Amino acid sequence: MKRAAFLEHVGWTGGGIAFAMTATGTFAAAAPGSDFTFVQISDSHIGFSLPANPDVLGTLNATVDRINALPQQPAFVMHTGDVTHLSKVEQFDAAKSVLGRLKAPLFVIPGEHDAIGAEGVKRFAAAFPNAAAPDGWWSFDRNGVHFISLVNVFNFETMGVLGTKQLDWLEKDLKAQKADTPIVVFGHVPLYALYPAWGWTTEDGAKAIAMLKRFSAVTVLNGHIHQIITQREGNISFATAAATAYPQPAPGTAAAPGPLTVPAPELLGRLGYRNVSFTGTHATVSDRSLQAG
Amino acid sequence: MKLRIVSFFAAALMAGFPLAAPAASSGPIVHIKNFMFVPATVTVTPGTTVSFVNDDEEPHTVTSTVKAFDSEGLDTNQTFKQTFAKTGTYLYFCEVHPYMHGTVIVKAAK
Repeated sequence: MKRAAFLEHVGWTGGGIAFAMTATGTFAAAAPGSDFTFVQISDSHIGFSLPANPDVLGTLNATVDRINALPQQPAFVMHTGDVTHLSKVEQFDAAKSVLGRLKAPLFVIPGEHDAIGAEGVKRFAAAFPNAAAPDGWWSFDRNGVHFISLVNVFNFETMGVLGTKQLDWLEKDLKAQKADTPIVVFGHVPLYALYPAWGWTTEDGAKAIAMLKRFSAVTVLNGHIHQIITQREGNISFATAAATAYPQPAPGTAAAPGPLTVPAPELLGRLGYRNVSFTGTHATVSDRSLQAG
Repeated sequence: MKLRIVSFFAAALMAGFPLAAPAASSGPIVHIKNFMFVPATVTVTPGTTVSFVNDDEEPHTVTSTVKAFDSEGLDTNQTFKQTFAKTGTYLYFCEVHPYMHGTVIVKAAK
């Protein structure tokens, strides 16, 4: 049973950007489960109030409203980190009051802004406890798809590192999976060297990517860079997500990767959420902006 | 906060208290701008207080590589002050962006 996966990148449309990651073959009908969807949101930076977006709580609220209004409710919503701007208790509390309105179950991965200092890491764990993830990373299965949630912001002095302990865990976790099981990997910082000069890379990410190569359909979904960039490597599709807070400059187009202030009418078109729907092993990824329509 | 400090100093002056007993002398200001510590290296005498000001729209930290001091998250326009009592070379970085590095060299006055 030979299978090939491909990525179709449509570009921003009225409904956002859409691409399909498909495994072709005869097994689709036999895949367990049928239609199900999940949603990715990222980089809410609660506590930020500069001109790039003076109302980050408002745009997160708008994002939650959009997701709650989806005709097909997602199996879960995954927040891929930087929920807060400065790991402060009141910022976690404010974020939780908004995210708590989601109808679907919520999972959260820490970003480096949620893990500032030892206190930040503790506050994150207290705000979003997950018994299934004692070390931060974990995996779960839904409808025949294997989901892996990685943490690459916990290493003091070097951000964008998985570390030996997590890589060993990942190796064991993947060993138990069949090569034709669709794999979805979440993490905050991009797993590959997207733009190392700005820290947009995971130092030991190549080791994780090497482990994923034997699978026929892998989707890696990250946040951190506040813009949608897709990349393809063999059967692995990478896609970073838009933020709910503010955009950041395209790689290398500014002196530094800080917040990007765009004209006010353009802001909502740069923010949004990502809907991923599975039909069997066929995944369709669609990025939707907060722009009306 | 600023107001309280001002009023404390005013009160101290009015009461005729000597303000600068063994107090630290204020030293250079390191600006954090465009994800860099500027200047990246400052040299001071023992007892000098160095100020670190975040000019970026992004938070940063001033964190000793050996955890001798840590500003925790500095928001835009926030200042962190650290007094360096002893001679030595103090390396620090930003915990949010660990590729940002700086050095404080503390040398006895000649």
